Amino acid sequence: MFNIARKELKSMFASPMGWVILAVLAAIFGNYFANGVTNYLEVASGAIRPAERVGITQFVSQTVYGSASFIMLFAVPLLSMRLIAEERRSQTLPFLFSAPLSITDIVVGKFLGLLIFLSTLILYIGFMLTTLNLWSDIDFGYILANTLGLFMLVGSFCALGIYFSSLTSQPIIAGILSFIALFILMILDRFFAADPTSVVLQFSLMKHFQSFANGLIDTGDIAYFALFVTTFLTLTIRRLDADRLRG
Amino acid sequence: MANLTVEAIELTRLYGGRAAVSDVTFQLQQGQVLGFLGPNGAGKSTTMKMLTGNLAPSAGSVKICGIDMMEHPKQAKALIGYLPEMRPLYKEFTVDEYLTIAARLHQVPSGQIKKAVAHAKERCGLTHMSKRLIENLSNGYQQRVGIAQAIIHNPMVVILDEPTVGLDPIQIRDIRALIKEIGQAHSVIVSTHILPEVEMVCDHVQIIDKGQLVFNGGIDVLKQQRIGNKLLVGLRHPPEAAALRAIPGVTAVEAIDGLWRVQFAEGAQPHEAIAQAAVAQQWGLYHLAPDQTSLEDVFVQLTYHDAATDAPAKAA
Repeated sequence: MFNIARKELKSMFASPMGWVILAVLAAIFGNYFANGVTNYLEVASGAIRPAERVGITQFVSQTVYGSASFIMLFAVPLLSMRLIAEERRSQTLPFLFSAPLSITDIVVGKFLGLLIFLSTLILYIGFMLTTLNLWSDIDFGYILANTLGLFMLVGSFCALGIYFSSLTSQPIIAGILSFIALFILMILDRFFAADPTSVVLQFSLMKHFQSFANGLIDTGDIAYFALFVTTFLTLTIRRLDADRLRG
Repeated sequence: MANLTVEAIELTRLYGGRAAVSDVTFQLQQGQVLGFLGPNGAGKSTTMKMLTGNLAPSAGSVKICGIDMMEHPKQAKALIGYLPEMRPLYKEFTVDEYLTIAARLHQVPSGQIKKAVAHAKERCGLTHMSKRLIENLSNGYQQRVGIAQAIIHNPMVVILDEPTVGLDPIQIRDIRALIKEIGQAHSVIVSTHILPEVEMVCDHVQIIDKGQLVFNGGIDVLKQQRIGNKLLVGLRHPPEAAALRAIPGVTAVEAIDGLWRVQFAEGAQPHEAIAQAAVAQQWGLYHLAPDQTSLEDVFVQLTYHDAATDAPAKAA
Protein backbone atom coordinates (compact mmCIF):
# COMPACT_ATOMS: atom_id res chain seq x y z
CA MET A 1 0.00 0.00 0.00
CA PHE A 2 2.78 2.42 0.97
CA ASN A 3 4.79 1.26 -2.01
CA ILE A 4 1.95 2.35 -4.27
CA ALA A 5 1.74 5.69 -2.46
CA ARG A 6 5.48 6.08 -2.91
CA LYS A 7 5.21 5.27 -6.58
CA GLU A 8 2.43 7.84 -7.06
CA LEU A 9 4.41 10.53 -5.29
CA LYS A 10 7.41 9.73 -7.40
CA SER A 11 5.44 9.90 -10.60
CA MET A 12 3.90 13.24 -9.58
CA PHE A 13 7.34 14.69 -8.98
CA ALA A 14 8.74 13.06 -12.13
CA SER A 15 6.60 15.27 -14.34
CA PRO A 16 6.67 19.06 -14.45
CA MET A 17 2.92 19.01 -13.78
CA GLY A 18 3.35 18.28 -10.07
CA TRP A 19 5.97 20.96 -9.55
CA VAL A 20 4.02 23.55 -11.52
CA ILE A 21 0.84 22.95 -9.55
CA LEU A 22 2.71 23.12 -6.25
CA ALA A 23 4.46 26.33 -7.26
CA VAL A 24 1.34 28.04 -8.58
CA LEU A 25 -0.74 27.12 -5.55
CA ALA A 26 1.99 28.20 -3.15
CA ALA A 27 2.19 31.54 -4.95
CA ILE A 28 -1.58 32.03 -4.83
CA PHE A 29 -1.84 31.21 -1.15
CA GLY A 30 1.14 33.44 -0.39
CA ASN A 31 -0.60 36.30 -2.15
CA TYR A 32 -3.83 35.81 -0.25
CA PHE A 33 -1.82 35.72 2.95
CA ALA A 34 0.02 38.96 2.14
CA ASN A 35 -3.24 40.66 1.15
CA GLY A 36 -4.89 39.49 4.33
CA VAL A 37 -2.17 40.98 6.50
CA THR A 38 -2.25 44.28 4.61
CA ASN A 39 -6.01 44.56 4.69
CA TYR A 40 -6.20 43.73 8.38
CA LEU A 41 -4.68 47.00 9.44
CA GLU A 42 -7.13 48.98 7.32
CA VAL A 43 -10.18 47.04 8.43
CA ALA A 44 -9.15 46.93 12.07
CA SER A 45 -8.64 50.66 12.23
CA GLY A 46 -12.04 51.18 10.61
CA ALA A 47 -13.85 48.92 13.07
CA ILE A 48 -15.10 51.11 15.85
CA ARG A 49 -17.69 48.96 17.60
CA PRO A 50 -16.16 46.10 19.64
CA ALA A 51 -18.38 43.52 17.88
CA GLU A 52 -16.74 44.31 14.56
CA ARG A 53 -13.26 43.68 15.87
CA VAL A 54 -11.81 40.31 14.97
CA GLY A 55 -8.38 38.89 15.79
CA ILE A 56 -5.69 38.81 13.16
CA THR A 57 -5.65 35.00 13.19
CA GLN A 58 -9.29 34.80 12.30
CA PHE A 59 -9.14 37.61 9.78
CA VAL A 60 -6.16 36.31 7.82
CA SER A 61 -7.12 32.65 8.16
CA GLN A 62 -10.56 33.30 6.73
CA THR A 63 -9.03 34.90 3.67
CA VAL A 64 -6.47 32.13 3.15
CA TYR A 65 -8.56 29.05 4.00
CA GLY A 66 -11.64 30.43 2.27
CA SER A 67 -9.68 30.79 -0.93
CA ALA A 68 -7.79 27.51 -0.38
CA SER A 69 -10.99 25.44 -0.25
CA PHE A 70 -12.10 27.03 -3.49
CA ILE A 71 -8.76 26.73 -5.28
CA MET A 72 -8.37 23.08 -4.29
CA LEU A 73 -11.62 22.52 -6.14
CA PHE A 74 -9.69 23.22 -9.34
CA ALA A 75 -6.38 21.70 -8.32
CA VAL A 76 -7.51 18.29 -7.08
CA PRO A 77 -9.32 17.17 -10.25
CA LEU A 78 -6.23 18.16 -12.24
CA LEU A 79 -4.10 15.83 -10.16
CA SER A 80 -6.57 13.05 -9.44
CA MET A 81 -7.80 12.63 -13.01
CA ARG A 82 -4.74 10.73 -14.14
CA LEU A 83 -4.48 8.36 -11.17
CA ILE A 84 -6.35 5.45 -12.69
CA ALA A 85 -7.52 6.75 -16.07
CA GLU A 86 -3.93 7.22 -17.20
CA GLU A 87 -3.00 3.69 -16.13
CA ARG A 88 -5.98 2.38 -18.00
CA ARG A 89 -5.03 4.29 -21.12
CA SER A 90 -1.40 3.24 -21.15
CA GLN A 91 -2.37 -0.32 -20.18
CA THR A 92 -0.24 -0.40 -17.06
CA LEU A 93 -2.96 -1.70 -14.75
CA PRO A 94 -1.90 -5.35 -15.27
CA PHE A 95 1.45 -4.38 -13.78
CA LEU A 96 -0.30 -3.51 -10.52
CA PHE A 97 -2.87 -6.31 -10.72
CA SER A 98 -0.26 -9.02 -11.15
CA ALA A 99 1.86 -7.73 -8.29
CA PRO A 100 1.08 -9.28 -4.91
CA LEU A 101 -1.32 -6.48 -3.94
CA SER A 102 -5.04 -6.45 -3.30
CA ILE A 103 -7.15 -3.94 -5.16
CA THR A 104 -7.77 -2.22 -1.83
CA ASP A 105 -4.00 -1.75 -1.47
CA ILE A 106 -3.82 -0.21 -4.93
CA VAL A 107 -6.72 2.20 -4.46
CA VAL A 108 -5.88 3.27 -0.91
CA GLY A 109 -2.21 3.58 -1.88
CA LYS A 110 -3.06 5.91 -4.72
CA PHE A 111 -5.35 7.92 -2.48
CA LEU A 112 -2.65 8.25 0.16
CA GLY A 113 -0.07 9.26 -2.43
CA LEU A 114 -2.23 12.12 -3.67
CA LEU A 115 -3.20 13.17 -0.17
CA ILE A 116 0.42 13.26 0.99
CA PHE A 117 1.30 15.35 -2.05
CA LEU A 118 -1.44 17.89 -1.24
CA SER A 119 -0.68 17.77 2.47
CA THR A 120 2.59 19.54 1.78
CA LEU A 121 0.49 22.49 0.64
CA ILE A 122 -1.82 22.31 3.63
CA LEU A 123 1.13 22.23 6.00
CA TYR A 124 2.69 25.07 4.07
CA ILE A 125 -0.41 27.19 4.65
CA GLY A 126 -0.37 26.28 8.33
CA PHE A 127 3.28 27.32 8.69
CA MET A 128 2.64 30.52 6.81
CA LEU A 129 -0.05 31.51 9.26
CA THR A 130 2.05 30.60 12.29
CA THR A 131 4.63 33.15 11.17
CA LEU A 132 2.10 35.77 12.34
CA ASN A 133 3.13 34.72 15.82
CA LEU A 134 6.29 36.79 15.36
CA TRP A 135 4.28 40.01 15.65
CA SER A 136 1.29 39.07 17.71
CA ASP A 137 -0.24 36.33 19.82
CA ILE A 138 -2.23 34.09 17.55
CA ASP A 139 -4.90 31.51 18.17
CA PHE A 140 -3.20 28.18 17.38
CA GLY A 141 -6.36 26.18 18.04
CA TYR A 142 -8.13 28.13 15.34
CA ILE A 143 -5.38 27.38 12.82
CA LEU A 144 -5.35 23.73 13.84
CA ALA A 145 -9.09 23.40 13.28
CA ASN A 146 -8.80 25.07 9.89
CA THR A 147 -5.87 22.87 8.86
CA LEU A 148 -7.76 19.76 9.88
CA GLY A 149 -10.84 20.97 8.06
CA LEU A 150 -8.93 21.69 4.88
CA PHE A 151 -7.21 18.32 5.14
CA MET A 152 -10.55 16.53 5.42
CA LEU A 153 -12.02 18.57 2.59
CA VAL A 154 -9.07 17.83 0.31
CA GLY A 155 -9.26 14.16 1.29
CA SER A 156 -12.89 14.07 0.17
CA PHE A 157 -11.99 15.80 -3.10
CA CYS A 158 -9.27 13.18 -3.72
CA ALA A 159 -11.56 10.24 -3.00
CA LEU A 160 -14.20 11.53 -5.38
CA GLY A 161 -11.54 12.35 -7.97
CA ILE A 162 -10.14 8.81 -7.84
CA TYR A 163 -13.59 7.35 -8.28
CA PHE A 164 -14.26 9.36 -11.43
CA SER A 165 -10.78 8.51 -12.64
CA SER A 166 -11.59 4.81 -12.36
CA LEU A 167 -14.68 5.17 -14.53
CA THR A 168 -13.00 6.15 -17.77
CA SER A 169 -9.77 5.78 -19.68
CA GLN A 170 -9.67 9.46 -20.62
CA PRO A 171 -8.05 11.56 -17.89
CA ILE A 172 -9.62 14.76 -19.22
CA ILE A 173 -13.13 13.36 -18.96
CA ALA A 174 -12.40 12.15 -15.45
CA GLY A 175 -11.12 15.61 -14.55
CA ILE A 176 -14.15 17.43 -15.91
CA LEU A 177 -16.61 15.00 -14.32
CA SER A 178 -15.00 15.22 -10.90
CA PHE A 179 -14.82 18.98 -11.15
CA ILE A 180 -18.53 19.21 -11.92
CA ALA A 181 -19.45 16.77 -9.15
CA LEU A 182 -17.30 18.60 -6.61
CA PHE A 183 -18.65 21.96 -7.69
CA ILE A 184 -22.22 20.82 -7.20
CA LEU A 185 -21.38 19.40 -3.77
CA MET A 186 -19.66 22.64 -2.85
CA ILE A 187 -22.45 25.04 -3.75
CA LEU A 188 -25.30 22.81 -2.67
CA ASP A 189 -25.74 24.89 0.47
CA ARG A 190 -26.25 28.05 -1.60
CA PHE A 191 -29.09 26.48 -3.57
CA PHE A 192 -30.89 25.30 -0.49
CA ALA A 193 -29.98 28.21 1.74
CA ALA A 194 -33.66 29.25 1.97
CA ASP A 195 -34.58 26.10 3.88
CA PRO A 196 -32.04 25.40 6.63
CA THR A 197 -33.76 22.15 7.63
CA SER A 198 -33.44 20.56 4.20
CA VAL A 199 -31.83 17.11 4.10
CA VAL A 200 -30.00 17.96 0.88
CA LEU A 201 -28.12 20.60 2.81
CA GLN A 202 -26.45 17.89 4.84
CA PHE A 203 -24.67 16.65 1.72
CA SER A 204 -22.93 19.92 1.07
CA LEU A 205 -19.17 19.69 1.58
CA MET A 206 -19.02 23.42 2.27
CA LYS A 207 -21.51 23.26 5.11
CA HIS A 208 -19.36 20.72 6.93
CA PHE A 209 -16.20 22.63 6.22
CA GLN A 210 -17.80 25.76 7.66
CA SER A 211 -17.68 24.59 11.26
CA PHE A 212 -13.96 23.85 10.95
CA ALA A 213 -13.51 27.27 9.40
CA ASN A 214 -15.15 28.79 12.48
CA GLY A 215 -12.63 26.99 14.66
CA LEU A 216 -14.97 24.22 15.76
CA ILE A 217 -13.82 20.59 15.53
CA ASP A 218 -17.10 18.70 15.41
CA THR A 219 -17.03 14.89 15.41
CA GLY A 220 -20.19 14.94 13.32
CA ASP A 221 -18.35 16.74 10.54
CA ILE A 222 -15.32 14.47 10.88
CA ALA A 223 -17.64 11.49 10.57
CA TYR A 224 -19.20 13.02 7.47
CA PHE A 225 -15.85 13.45 5.75
CA ALA A 226 -14.65 10.01 6.82
CA LEU A 227 -17.83 8.46 5.43
CA PHE A 228 -17.49 10.45 2.24
CA VAL A 229 -13.94 9.21 1.69
CA THR A 230 -14.79 5.60 2.56
CA THR A 231 -17.80 5.59 0.26
CA PHE A 232 -15.91 6.77 -2.79
CA LEU A 233 -12.86 4.59 -2.15
CA THR A 234 -15.14 1.58 -1.79
CA LEU A 235 -16.90 2.46 -5.02
CA THR A 236 -13.50 2.70 -6.75
CA ILE A 237 -12.44 -0.69 -5.41
CA ARG A 238 -15.73 -2.17 -6.62
CA ARG A 239 -15.22 -0.59 -10.02
CA LEU A 240 -11.71 -2.06 -10.44
CA ASP A 241 -12.85 -5.40 -9.11
CA ALA A 242 -15.54 -5.42 -11.78
CA ASP A 243 -12.76 -5.03 -14.36
CA ARG A 244 -11.21 -8.21 -13.12
CA LEU A 245 -14.49 -10.08 -12.99
CA ARG A 246 -16.01 -8.91 -16.25
CA GLY A 247 -12.85 -8.20 -18.18
CA MET B 1 4.17 -35.65 -9.92
CA ALA B 2 7.01 -33.68 -8.46
CA ASN B 3 7.18 -29.89 -8.26
CA LEU B 4 4.07 -28.82 -10.07
CA THR B 5 4.36 -25.08 -10.55
CA VAL B 6 1.25 -24.29 -12.55
CA GLU B 7 -2.01 -26.15 -12.52
CA ALA B 8 -4.93 -24.95 -14.57
CA ILE B 9 -8.07 -26.92 -13.95
CA GLU B 10 -10.96 -26.64 -16.40
CA LEU B 11 -10.43 -22.94 -16.94
CA THR B 12 -13.41 -21.33 -18.62
CA ARG B 13 -14.04 -17.72 -19.43
CA LEU B 14 -17.26 -16.41 -20.88
CA TYR B 15 -17.71 -13.05 -22.51
CA GLY B 16 -21.40 -12.34 -22.71
CA GLY B 17 -22.28 -15.99 -23.19
CA ARG B 18 -19.51 -16.65 -25.75
CA ALA B 19 -16.73 -18.80 -24.42
CA ALA B 20 -13.35 -17.18 -25.06
CA VAL B 21 -11.65 -20.03 -23.27
CA SER B 22 -13.36 -23.27 -22.39
CA ASP B 23 -12.22 -26.18 -20.28
CA VAL B 24 -8.50 -25.61 -20.55
CA THR B 25 -6.66 -28.00 -18.28
CA PHE B 26 -2.90 -28.39 -18.06
CA GLN B 27 0.00 -28.75 -15.70
CA LEU B 28 3.52 -27.48 -15.73
CA GLN B 29 6.50 -28.73 -13.75
CA GLN B 30 9.52 -26.94 -12.47
CA GLY B 31 12.20 -26.60 -15.10
CA GLN B 32 9.85 -26.71 -18.07
CA VAL B 33 9.20 -24.18 -20.78
CA LEU B 34 5.71 -24.24 -22.17
CA GLY B 35 4.94 -22.75 -25.56
CA PHE B 36 1.48 -21.41 -26.13
CA LEU B 37 0.43 -21.35 -29.75
CA GLY B 38 -2.72 -20.30 -31.46
CA PRO B 39 -4.16 -18.04 -34.13
CA ASN B 40 -5.29 -14.51 -33.29
CA GLY B 41 -8.23 -14.40 -30.93
CA ALA B 42 -7.82 -18.02 -29.90
CA GLY B 43 -7.73 -17.19 -26.20
CA LYS B 44 -4.01 -17.22 -25.49
CA SER B 45 -3.93 -13.86 -23.80
CA THR B 46 -7.18 -14.51 -21.96
CA THR B 47 -5.75 -17.72 -20.54
CA MET B 48 -2.59 -15.91 -19.48
CA LYS B 49 -4.63 -13.17 -17.83
CA MET B 50 -6.46 -15.80 -15.84
CA LEU B 51 -3.25 -17.55 -14.84
CA THR B 52 -1.86 -14.29 -13.48
CA GLY B 53 -5.02 -13.25 -11.67
CA ASN B 54 -5.74 -10.30 -13.92
CA LEU B 55 -9.03 -11.82 -14.94
CA ALA B 56 -11.35 -13.97 -12.88
CA PRO B 57 -12.26 -17.25 -14.58
CA SER B 58 -15.96 -17.94 -15.06
CA ALA B 59 -15.29 -21.50 -13.94
CA GLY B 60 -12.32 -23.61 -13.01
CA SER B 61 -9.30 -22.75 -10.94
CA VAL B 62 -5.62 -21.91 -11.10
CA LYS B 63 -3.00 -23.11 -8.68
CA ILE B 64 0.51 -21.71 -8.56
CA CYS B 65 2.86 -24.05 -6.67
CA GLY B 66 -0.20 -25.48 -4.97
CA ILE B 67 -1.58 -22.09 -3.91
CA ASP B 68 -5.04 -21.30 -5.22
CA MET B 69 -5.17 -18.01 -7.13
CA MET B 70 -8.76 -17.32 -6.06
CA GLU B 71 -8.33 -18.02 -2.38
CA HIS B 72 -4.88 -16.61 -1.72
CA PRO B 73 -4.23 -14.18 -4.55
CA LYS B 74 -1.43 -12.31 -2.80
CA GLN B 75 0.70 -15.37 -2.09
CA ALA B 76 0.05 -16.82 -5.54
CA LYS B 77 0.84 -13.57 -7.35
CA ALA B 78 4.10 -13.24 -5.45
CA LEU B 79 5.31 -16.37 -7.27
CA ILE B 80 4.55 -15.05 -10.75
CA GLY B 81 6.31 -12.68 -13.09
CA TYR B 82 4.09 -11.50 -15.92
CA LEU B 83 4.71 -9.57 -19.09
CA PRO B 84 1.36 -8.74 -20.71
CA GLU B 85 0.87 -8.24 -24.41
CA MET B 86 0.90 -4.47 -23.98
CA ARG B 87 4.04 -3.56 -22.07
CA PRO B 88 3.03 -2.04 -18.74
CA LEU B 89 5.73 0.63 -18.63
CA TYR B 90 5.59 3.97 -16.85
CA LYS B 91 7.28 6.06 -19.46
CA GLU B 92 8.04 9.03 -17.25
CA PHE B 93 10.55 6.99 -15.22
CA THR B 94 14.09 5.93 -15.96
CA VAL B 95 14.89 2.23 -16.30
CA ASP B 96 16.41 2.14 -12.81
CA GLU B 97 13.48 3.92 -11.20
CA TYR B 98 10.95 1.70 -12.92
CA LEU B 99 12.71 -1.53 -11.99
CA THR B 100 13.11 -0.36 -8.40
CA ILE B 101 9.36 0.25 -8.21
CA ALA B 102 8.72 -3.17 -9.73
CA ALA B 103 11.02 -4.82 -7.19
CA ARG B 104 9.37 -2.98 -4.32
CA LEU B 105 5.86 -3.88 -5.46
CA HIS B 106 6.91 -7.51 -5.72
CA GLN B 107 8.11 -7.49 -2.12
CA VAL B 108 11.80 -7.82 -2.74
CA PRO B 109 13.42 -7.04 0.67
CA SER B 110 14.63 -3.45 0.64
CA GLY B 111 18.25 -4.47 1.25
CA GLN B 112 18.30 -6.57 -1.91
CA ILE B 113 16.51 -4.22 -4.28
CA LYS B 114 19.68 -2.73 -5.72
CA LYS B 115 21.14 -6.15 -6.33
CA ALA B 116 17.91 -7.43 -7.90
CA VAL B 117 17.70 -4.43 -10.23
CA ALA B 118 21.34 -4.81 -11.30
CA HIS B 119 20.89 -8.53 -11.87
CA ALA B 120 17.72 -8.09 -13.94
CA LYS B 121 19.37 -5.40 -16.05
CA GLU B 122 22.38 -7.58 -16.65
CA ARG B 123 20.25 -10.53 -17.71
CA CYS B 124 18.29 -8.43 -20.17
CA GLY B 125 21.27 -6.45 -21.46
CA LEU B 126 20.04 -3.13 -20.10
CA THR B 127 22.98 -2.11 -17.94
CA HIS B 128 24.09 0.73 -20.20
CA MET B 129 20.51 2.11 -20.36
CA SER B 130 20.06 2.55 -16.60
CA LYS B 131 19.63 6.32 -16.54
CA ARG B 132 17.58 6.66 -19.71
CA LEU B 133 13.89 7.53 -19.61
CA ILE B 134 11.83 4.57 -20.75
CA GLU B 135 9.96 6.91 -23.09
CA ASN B 136 13.17 7.51 -25.07
CA LEU B 137 14.11 3.86 -25.49
CA SER B 138 13.59 2.01 -28.73
CA ASN B 139 10.84 -0.54 -29.07
CA GLY B 140 13.20 -3.46 -28.53
CA TYR B 141 14.74 -1.99 -25.42
CA GLN B 142 11.30 -1.23 -24.01
CA GLN B 143 10.46 -4.87 -24.53
CA ARG B 144 13.60 -5.82 -22.61
CA VAL B 145 12.54 -3.57 -19.74
CA GLY B 146 9.21 -5.39 -19.78
CA ILE B 147 10.97 -8.73 -19.47
CA ALA B 148 13.31 -7.40 -16.77
CA GLN B 149 10.25 -6.29 -14.82
CA ALA B 150 8.82 -9.82 -15.00
CA ILE B 151 11.93 -11.59 -13.69
CA ILE B 152 13.10 -9.05 -11.13
CA HIS B 153 11.79 -10.88 -8.07
CA ASN B 154 13.11 -14.21 -9.29
CA PRO B 155 9.64 -15.74 -9.55
CA MET B 156 8.86 -19.45 -9.72
CA VAL B 157 6.72 -18.98 -12.79
CA VAL B 158 7.43 -16.50 -15.56
CA ILE B 159 4.61 -15.80 -17.99
CA LEU B 160 5.51 -13.89 -21.14
CA ASP B 161 2.89 -12.88 -23.67
CA GLU B 162 4.62 -12.65 -27.05
CA PRO B 163 8.01 -11.62 -25.68
CA THR B 164 9.89 -11.39 -28.97
CA VAL B 165 7.54 -9.04 -30.80
CA GLY B 166 9.36 -6.00 -32.13
CA LEU B 167 12.87 -7.26 -31.48
CA ASP B 168 15.68 -7.53 -33.99
CA PRO B 169 17.09 -11.00 -34.78
CA ILE B 170 20.05 -10.65 -32.42
CA GLN B 171 17.86 -9.52 -29.57
CA ILE B 172 15.46 -12.36 -30.30
CA ARG B 173 18.37 -14.78 -29.96
CA ASP B 174 19.36 -13.21 -26.64
CA ILE B 175 15.83 -13.34 -25.31
CA ARG B 176 15.45 -16.96 -26.34
CA ALA B 177 18.67 -17.81 -24.54
CA LEU B 178 17.34 -15.94 -21.51
CA ILE B 179 14.05 -17.84 -21.59
CA LYS B 180 15.96 -21.12 -21.75
CA GLU B 181 18.13 -20.05 -18.84
CA ILE B 182 15.15 -19.10 -16.68
CA GLY B 183 13.44 -22.31 -17.72
CA GLN B 184 16.17 -24.42 -16.20
CA ALA B 185 15.44 -23.39 -12.62
CA HIS B 186 11.86 -22.15 -12.88
CA SER B 187 8.90 -22.55 -15.16
CA VAL B 188 8.19 -20.38 -18.14
CA ILE B 189 5.06 -19.98 -20.23
CA VAL B 190 5.57 -18.21 -23.53
CA SER B 191 2.95 -17.36 -26.10
CA THR B 192 4.00 -16.74 -29.65
CA HIS B 193 3.05 -16.82 -33.30
CA ILE B 194 6.50 -17.84 -34.40
CA LEU B 195 6.71 -21.59 -34.79
CA PRO B 196 10.49 -22.09 -35.02
CA GLU B 197 10.74 -20.16 -31.77
CA VAL B 198 8.61 -22.74 -30.03
CA GLU B 199 10.83 -25.48 -31.35
CA MET B 200 13.95 -23.71 -30.12
CA VAL B 201 12.97 -22.79 -26.58
CA CYS B 202 10.07 -24.94 -25.47
CA ASP B 203 9.86 -28.42 -23.98
CA HIS B 204 6.11 -28.52 -24.14
CA VAL B 205 3.68 -27.14 -26.62
CA GLN B 206 0.04 -26.30 -26.39
CA ILE B 207 -2.00 -25.26 -29.32
CA ILE B 208 -5.20 -23.46 -28.52
CA ASP B 209 -7.90 -22.64 -31.00
CA LYS B 210 -11.26 -21.00 -30.42
CA GLY B 211 -10.72 -21.29 -26.70
CA GLN B 212 -10.10 -25.02 -26.77
CA LEU B 213 -6.91 -26.93 -26.29
CA VAL B 214 -6.34 -28.86 -29.52
CA PHE B 215 -2.83 -30.11 -28.86
CA ASN B 216 -0.95 -30.62 -25.64
CA GLY B 217 2.28 -32.54 -25.59
CA GLY B 218 6.03 -32.62 -25.71
CA ILE B 219 7.98 -30.79 -28.33
CA ASP B 220 9.32 -34.16 -29.56
CA VAL B 221 5.91 -35.14 -30.80
CA LEU B 222 5.65 -31.94 -32.74
CA LYS B 223 9.22 -32.19 -34.03
CA GLN B 224 8.52 -35.61 -35.37
CA GLN B 225 5.58 -34.23 -37.23
CA ARG B 226 7.75 -31.38 -38.44
CA ILE B 227 10.33 -33.63 -40.02
CA GLY B 228 7.27 -35.54 -41.08
CA ASN B 229 6.90 -37.83 -44.02
CA LYS B 230 7.33 -35.39 -46.85
CA LEU B 231 10.23 -34.68 -49.18
CA LEU B 232 10.84 -31.74 -51.46
CA VAL B 233 12.39 -32.90 -54.71
CA GLY B 234 13.76 -30.59 -57.37
CA LEU B 235 14.20 -32.04 -60.88
CA ARG B 236 15.49 -30.28 -63.99
CA HIS B 237 13.80 -32.66 -66.36
CA PRO B 238 10.76 -33.72 -64.40
CA PRO B 239 8.98 -36.89 -65.48
CA GLU B 240 5.26 -37.56 -65.23
CA ALA B 241 3.93 -37.50 -61.69
CA ALA B 242 2.96 -41.13 -62.13
CA ALA B 243 6.62 -42.09 -62.60
CA LEU B 244 7.48 -40.57 -59.21
CA ARG B 245 4.54 -42.20 -57.56
CA ALA B 246 5.69 -45.56 -58.89
CA ILE B 247 8.76 -45.42 -56.63
CA PRO B 248 8.23 -47.82 -53.71
CA GLY B 249 7.08 -46.14 -50.50
CA VAL B 250 5.76 -42.98 -52.15
CA THR B 251 2.06 -42.39 -51.52
CA ALA B 252 1.37 -39.01 -53.11
CA VAL B 253 3.05 -36.43 -55.33
CA GLU B 254 2.15 -32.81 -55.92
CA ALA B 255 3.87 -30.04 -57.82
CA ILE B 256 4.65 -26.78 -56.04
CA ASP B 257 6.63 -23.88 -57.55
CA GLY B 258 8.82 -26.07 -59.76
CA LEU B 259 9.50 -28.51 -56.96
CA TRP B 260 7.74 -31.74 -56.17
CA ARG B 261 6.39 -32.53 -52.77
CA VAL B 262 6.60 -36.25 -52.28
CA GLN B 263 4.70 -37.88 -49.47
CA PHE B 264 5.80 -41.28 -48.32
CA ALA B 265 4.33 -43.90 -46.03
CA GLU B 266 5.10 -43.92 -42.32
CA GLY B 267 8.45 -45.64 -41.73
CA ALA B 268 9.40 -45.83 -45.42
CA GLN B 269 12.70 -44.25 -46.52
CA PRO B 270 12.34 -43.57 -50.26
CA HIS B 271 15.18 -41.02 -50.36
CA GLU B 272 17.72 -43.34 -51.92
CA ALA B 273 15.21 -44.86 -54.33
CA ILE B 274 14.29 -41.40 -55.59
CA ALA B 275 17.93 -40.45 -56.05
CA GLN B 276 18.70 -43.68 -57.86
CA ALA B 277 15.69 -43.36 -60.12
CA ALA B 278 16.63 -39.78 -60.90
CA VAL B 279 20.17 -40.76 -61.86
CA ALA B 280 19.10 -43.77 -63.87
CA GLN B 281 16.49 -41.89 -65.87
CA GLN B 282 18.40 -38.56 -66.01
CA TRP B 283 15.75 -36.38 -64.34
CA GLY B 284 18.47 -33.89 -63.34
CA LEU B 285 18.10 -34.06 -59.57
CA TYR B 286 19.27 -30.84 -57.84
CA HIS B 287 17.27 -30.72 -54.61
CA LEU B 288 16.27 -33.41 -52.16
CA ALA B 289 15.33 -32.34 -48.68
CA PRO B 290 12.73 -32.92 -45.96
CA ASP B 291 9.77 -30.58 -46.27
CA GLN B 292 10.56 -27.91 -43.67
CA THR B 293 7.22 -26.15 -43.66
CA SER B 294 5.42 -29.01 -42.08
CA LEU B 295 5.35 -27.50 -38.58
CA GLU B 296 3.20 -24.79 -39.99
CA ASP B 297 1.19 -27.49 -41.69
CA VAL B 298 0.73 -29.27 -38.40
CA PHE B 299 -0.44 -26.02 -36.89
CA VAL B 300 -2.80 -25.28 -39.74
CA GLN B 301 -4.07 -28.84 -39.77
CA LEU B 302 -4.76 -28.83 -36.07
CA THR B 303 -6.52 -25.50 -36.05
CA TYR B 304 -8.24 -25.83 -39.40
CA HIS B 305 -9.37 -29.36 -38.68
CA ASP B 306 -10.99 -28.16 -35.54
CA ALA B 307 -12.83 -25.43 -37.41
CA ALA B 308 -14.12 -27.95 -39.92
CA THR B 309 -15.51 -30.27 -37.27
CA ASP B 310 -16.84 -27.32 -35.33
CA ALA B 311 -18.93 -25.87 -38.14
CA PRO B 312 -21.42 -28.72 -38.54
CA ALA B 313 -21.76 -28.95 -34.79
CA LYS B 314 -22.84 -25.32 -34.67
CA ALA B 315 -25.18 -25.68 -37.60
CA ALA B 316 -26.91 -28.63 -35.99
